[in-house]
Amino acid sequence: MKILSDIAALLTGMWITWKHIFRRPVTIQYPEEKRTPYPRYRARIVLTRDPDGGERCVACQLCSAACPVDCISMQPGEEADGRRYAEWFRINFARCIFCGLCAEACPTLAIQMTPDFEICKRDIMDLVYEKEDLLIDGCGKSPEYNFYRHAGIGVTQQRGEGIEEKRPVDVRSLLP
Amino acid sequence: MIYDPIDIALILAKIGLVFFVILTLAAYLVFAERKVLAWIQDRKGPNRVGPFGLLQPLADLIKLLTKEDFRPIGADKWLFYLAPAMAAIPAIMIFAVIPFGAPLTLFGHTVPLQVADLNVGLLLFMALSSIAVYGVALGGWASNSKYALLGSIRGLAQLISYELSMGLSLVPVVMLARSFRLSDIVNAQSGCWFIVYQPLAFVIFLISIAAECKRIPFDLPEAEGELVAGFHTEYSGMRFGLFFVGEYINIIVLGGLAATFFLGGWHGPWLPPAVWFALKVLSFAFLFIWMRGTLPRLRYDQLMHFGWKILTPLALVNIVVTGWWLVLRG
Ligand code: SF4
Ligand code: SF4
Repeated sequence: MKILSDIAALLTGMWITWKHIFRRPVTIQYPEEKRTPYPRYRARIVLTRDPDGGERCVACQLCSAACPVDCISMQPGEEADGRRYAEWFRINFARCIFCGLCAEACPTLAIQMTPDFEICKRDIMDLVYEKEDLLIDGCGKSPEYNFYRHAGIGVTQQRGEGIEEKRPVDVRSLLP
Repeated sequence: MIYDPIDIALILAKIGLVFFVILTLAAYLVFAERKVLAWIQDRKGPNRVGPFGLLQPLADLIKLLTKEDFRPIGADKWLFYLAPAMAAIPAIMIFAVIPFGAPLTLFGHTVPLQVADLNVGLLLFMALSSIAVYGVALGGWASNSKYALLGSIRGLAQLISYELSMGLSLVPVVMLARSFRLSDIVNAQSGCWFIVYQPLAFVIFLISIAAECKRIPFDLPEAEGELVAGFHTEYSGMRFGLFFVGEYINIIVLGGLAATFFLGGWHGPWLPPAVWFALKVLSFAFLFIWMRGTLPRLRYDQLMHFGWKILTPLALVNIVVTGWWLVLRG
């Protein structure tokens, strides 16, 4: 009989919800109890330094080009020795969607995501972070990497002195 | 007829008490509903305002009172303002005929714990619950909004259909008690509750009152998810609050009536009568909340089919069988 199986289905549902009344809630009471996010969680963005303490960012604009909501802007500058840096660097966290594309685009691993997700502010203008707010004193997730040691020819080292770089071949030695 | 001033004072005190208890209970029913639904869904529910969140209804009230009172362009002003009251007031008026405890003796007067012991109490209940339909119909119609209109059309059809089966399921009760007076119906059950003689009528009545107070699985007039909020889509602030509180008053009142008609009203062993009555009403309220946490909403054609082709014929057959049985028993 269909009606009997229907009633049985209703009662089964009622029984399941009844059992759930006595389950322990899975709620995390947020401001008091906090859950530790995973290390690769994508939240507040930082600019890291290389192991020698220099700024990693070379103001190449790749992150700002990758950003789908256009919330990164910067002004590139150049030191006397030819090393590029950002004169100012600004991320508008009110617009950021924490997609992580900027961190993926960055060739120097300067821009990185951190698990710090609590960046609420009363005033929306306080969510515009300047370079001073973004720059940290550590290397972030890749402690060994130093972009200039690989590619900083003529700035930090002479041609052929970089890591994993072969010395230039003396073309005359190749002549027959 | 000359009234004793003490009598009048006692009646006024009863009215005040009923008002206070019903409104407080309705507010806390909202809270209880949120809590129980949360438990069913493995959540904690409101627990921030006051100890265990117990002051939440008060916070809700303040919120509703301070919200903007909005009226859409093109809405019918007077009907729009009148409809919430038409939904809430009949609901609370029905409670006047429900006996909620054994008669007391105070200052040498016998005080029936019932605001008005009318000899047509049951009919008054049917009439008032029909008036409550106007709140839904006019509220949706006056809002000048398609969602509200659809909601109120559904509400109208649903409430009228299920009122029929509700009324028919009460006929056997009247036949057994031989009275429309609610206190007589309760007294007729001092030996054995009517649910024992009339389990079918009880089930039909229970389903019909779930439909009457527009609860899931019969919440088609509101149907958030299809109709935004149905007939009260355009209401805000305390006018919405009136619809909302009216719905919970309806739960209390209809639960009280179900207890009165089928579960012996305030009759019960050991505990004081008023406590028994409250227990019965609250268990009906819990049942409704529990159902809301479990069942999905019916489709419109299923709702109509169920009401007209199943409940109403069943109730009619039940009346005939009860009649035969009463005649055979003599
Ligand atoms: S995380 Fe996404 S949205 Fe935010 S700054 Fe980076 S690229 Fe832009
Ligand atoms: S953070 Fe990275 S991608 Fe962005 S400008 Fe600096 S070096 Fe380029």
